[in-house]
Formats: sequence, C-alpha cells, structure tokens
Amino acid sequence: MMFSGAILYALCGAALIGIGVYGFITRAHLLRRILAFNVIGSGVFLLIGALGHRTPGAEADPVPHALIITGIVVALSLTALAVALVLRHVADTGRAVLPEEETEEAV
Amino acid sequence: MSAVAAWPLLELTVALPLAASLLAVAAGRLAAILLYAMAPVMIALAGLLCLAVGREGVLETAIGGWRAPLGIALGADGLSAVFVATAALILSAVGLFAQRDFHVEPQESGRSYTFWPLFYAMWAALNAIFVGRDLFNFYVALELLTLTAVAMVAYGGTAAALRYLMFALMGSLAYLAGVGLIYASAATLDFERLHLVLEADRTVMLGTALMTAGLLAKAALFPLHAWLLPAHGNAPAAASALLSALVVKAAFFIIVRIWFDMMPEAQTPWLTNTLGLLGIAAALYGSLLAMRQSRLKLIIAYSTVAQIGYLFFVFPLANGSAFALPWSAGAWSGVMFHAVSHAFAKAALFLAAGLVIEALGHDRIADMKGIARALPITWLAFGLAAVSLMSLPPSGGFMAKYLILTSALAGGHVVYALVMIVGGLLAAVYLFRPLNAALAGTGAPAIAPVPRYRQAIPLALALVAIAIGLASSLPYEFLQIGLPEGAEGSGE
Repeated sequence: MMFSGAILYALCGAALIGIGVYGFITRAHLLRRILAFNVIGSGVFLLIGALGHRTPGAEADPVPHALIITGIVVALSLTALAVALVLRHVADTGRAVLPEEETEEAV
Repeated sequence: MSAVAAWPLLELTVALPLAASLLAVAAGRLAAILLYAMAPVMIALAGLLCLAVGREGVLETAIGGWRAPLGIALGADGLSAVFVATAALILSAVGLFAQRDFHVEPQESGRSYTFWPLFYAMWAALNAIFVGRDLFNFYVALELLTLTAVAMVAYGGTAAALRYLMFALMGSLAYLAGVGLIYASAATLDFERLHLVLEADRTVMLGTALMTAGLLAKAALFPLHAWLLPAHGNAPAAASALLSALVVKAAFFIIVRIWFDMMPEAQTPWLTNTLGLLGIAAALYGSLLAMRQSRLKLIIAYSTVAQIGYLFFVFPLANGSAFALPWSAGAWSGVMFHAVSHAFAKAALFLAAGLVIEALGHDRIADMKGIARALPITWLAFGLAAVSLMSLPPSGGFMAKYLILTSALAGGHVVYALVMIVGGLLAAVYLFRPLNAALAGTGAPAIAPVPRYRQAIPLALALVAIAIGLASSLPYEFLQIGLPEGAEGSGE
C-alpha cells in the first residue's frame, strides 16, 4: 500500500509542527506560546516515531522511542520552567505578555 | 595506555559536577562552601585530561562498556580538553566571585539556596557538551544548559528570562527535529559512524540545517541575538559572565562538531558564506551598537554579539575537507583561540562591571567619573581584558586575530580581513569610552567598599586572557590534536 500508517503519522506530525509554529509566531500571550511549543513538540515526537517505522512489515526501530521519551521529559521540564516564569511574570507585572509585544489581544 | 589515560577522566568531568549539583541541594546553607572542594578537583581533573590528551592523543570511552551503537560514547580531542580546562578555570573564578552574592552570609535569600545547584548543573552540562560524541547527548546537555542559564537570567527579571526561553524553546525543537531526520537517514547518532555513513542528501541537509538554525538561536548569532541583551542587562554579574563566556560558546562548539567532525564534505560555499556573512553582520552591528550604549553592562553585552560574529568566520576561512587549504588550520586554531581568550576576557569584564555596580549602585557611564581611582584593581582588570578584546599584542585576542587575519589574507578573503581590522578599531572605541570615564577628573567618587580579593578575581581572569597570547605555542599545538580532517593543514 502506498499510504502506510507510518506516513500518515509523519504527515500528521508535520501538520502539528506547522500549526504550532503558526501559533508560536502569531500569539503574544505567553501561555499560548507555551501551548504552541507543546503542539510543535508533539508534532516532532510523532514525526520521529513515524520515521522509526520506515520498512513496512519490519519491527519498529526502538531508538526513536528512546529519543521521544527523553524528548518528552525535556519538554516537560522546559514547560514547567516556562509556566513558573510566566506565573512570576504575571504576579510582578499583571500581564502575560513580553513588554515589547503588548497588543489588544494579549492584554 | 598510560596510567593517567586509564582513569575515568571523561566520566568524572561530567559526573562530579552533576553530583555536586545534587549535593548542593542537600547542603542547604553550606552549598556555597562546596566550591572550595569542587574548584581544585575540577581544575586538577581538567589538567589531567589535558595531560592525557597531550600524551595519548584523542581519548575515547564507552560508558559502562557499552559501545557506540547502543551505549553512550564520550571522547576528548585537543579542542575538548581546551574547552573543559577553560570552563574549569572560569567557573571556578566565577564561583569564587559568587561566594558573597549567593551565600547565606552576609544576607540570606532564596538565591543563596537556588544558585549553587544551577551552577554545578551548568558545569556538568558544559562538560557533557565538550566531551560529547553523540548528537542526542548534545541535545540533552544543551537543554540542561538552557534550563540552568534561563533560571540564572531570571534572577535579573522574568521578562528577560522569558524572552531567552522563547528563543531557546524554538531552538531546542528545531535541533530535535534535525536529530530525528539525521537518525532516519543514518540509523545512528554517534559522530564517528555518522561521519562514515552520512551522505549529504536532501534529508540530511534539512536535518543539519534545522540543527544549525536551532543552535544559532542559542549561540545568539545575529540576527538571533535579541535575547542576549535583556538577559545580560539585569542579571547578576556571575550569571552574565557565565552566559557570555561559556553558554553561548557551547552552542557554537556543537555547530563546529556538526560541520567539521560529522560532515565536513557537506560544507558547501553557500553554507560557509551564509554563516560568514552573518558573522560579519554580527561583528559590525554589535560593535556599532556597543558604541551607542550608555550602560556599562550593555556595552559589554553588545560586544559579545560582535565577538560571536568572529567565531563564525571559521566556516568561510577553514573550509571543509573538500576545500582543505594550507591556511585552513591557521583559521581554525585562530577562531578557537578567539573563543577561549574571549571567554576569559569577557568573564573578567562582566565581573568587573559587577563590582562597579556593587560599589556605585548603577552602571551608567556618565556618572562614573574617576571610579578607577576608587577601584584601581577592578579597572586594571577591565583595561587588561579590553586589551585582549581589542586584540592588541601580546594578548590572546591578538594571537587569535593574527591567525585569522593571516589565513583570511592567504585565502584571498579580503572582506573578512577588513572586518577583523575594523572590528578591532570599533572595539577600541567602545571600550575606551568607559575607560575614559573611569579615569576622568581628579577626584574619586564615594563608593561602597569592595573587598580586594573580589577585585583580584576579574584581574586573574584578565591576566589569563593576556597570558594565552604570551604562551600561545602550547595551546596552538594542543588544539591541533585530533583536529577534524576538514581543517587539517596540508603543509605550510
């Protein structure tokens, strides 16, 4: 079959990356940016996982799984740090945007 | 194998600071004092590593006896050893400097407890990068480095830390996606295997481009430098020094590993020229903006933007193996000299600026007339570090620029040579301004007292930056050990 499951997952991952990057660039609200980061991250993990499945019928390569798990741990720690910083930033300034990026939508 | 090389040196360079990071959490009030044990041990370890690499050539080890496809390989060539030693000296000095800022005495705060685990985790991450041999280990170490660096920047303000973090998040995802593509193409992440099996096809080039782009954001190369200035603006002196001296260099180090060790033959003129042009833009932009700043720390931070630009001259000047030329090795060593001497000089400048802020309560240049008379040792350090940044002889900066300049001229890259010369002049202009203010007038302003030993720390760092130039033949030969074949000279 031309359209195998792995390709579907890879395309889905690519789409998630696209959506995430769009959100990351267009949204100034910091929480939205952190969410966008996580959407991109999910896309990247899906892509890496799908890439481990290149030969149809063969066993999946386990190394990408290890990469994904490590990547998830890293993304989780970065997200935790980011959220903690945003909370502090909001407590200090009352705003969840970076100073130079204040727009109607974000305030 | 000699006795020294048989020790688990490579493992210890990473494991010891990591253990110290955990210990610093447990030590609580005593965390700051841990440095008095760690600094000598880490400097000795770096010395032994240099000795072993000097005697044995490239060192390699497989952790737990697991070889590369399954296990994690660590390795050290001359470049690794030089960077591990640089990191050990600078971190020790900065740690000593931070004793007062981040100790429960004289004033206790949250910082007294949180700084030291971050400090040692940063040390572990830096060393893991310098002895890394594996694309994914670089990723993990880089993220650990980012976490610690962002947290340190957050001491100076959340907005700056968040801006840095936004760049870092995108950088880390780009790098990870690149690693995924490379693995899909080569089914390995180990450098030596990648070097053998990688073909520069479309997937690999896309993956490498993604990794490079992500790393450029973390190295703060123009035009991705926007986070660097707010990050430096209000951060504690120790954090600024580490950020400029070591953290941005680590990202550069990985870029060099990728393009020189992993796939030198893929260095197309398009790539080398793009990175070189970004380097030129960074050097000119950073220097020009440094001249316009009114705050001491921002001058030094913009100077970092400029100096990072010179690092990327390595790409056009020392081409990959397909273009290897007699002067490539000179350019390569020159750039690494620059990275090391800039690290020492910049750490000295930021610590000196930190002392000025401590003494005056601000770093506005207009209001620091005659401060050099009140803080003579600090300003001697500032002046000596400035000598290295302006690349006046006999400093390390001079040796670096001399090597880069001769290879640029030998290779017919007149533009790069011109930018080096103009950049040196501009550095003199923007560094003479604070020096001029500090020496102006006849009186000395009233200052809060600064202990002499703290003033000696930036002075020691600045003296190292100068000494690298005086004793340059040793590190020059040392840097050639295990030189990636792409940059090897084919005879003078």
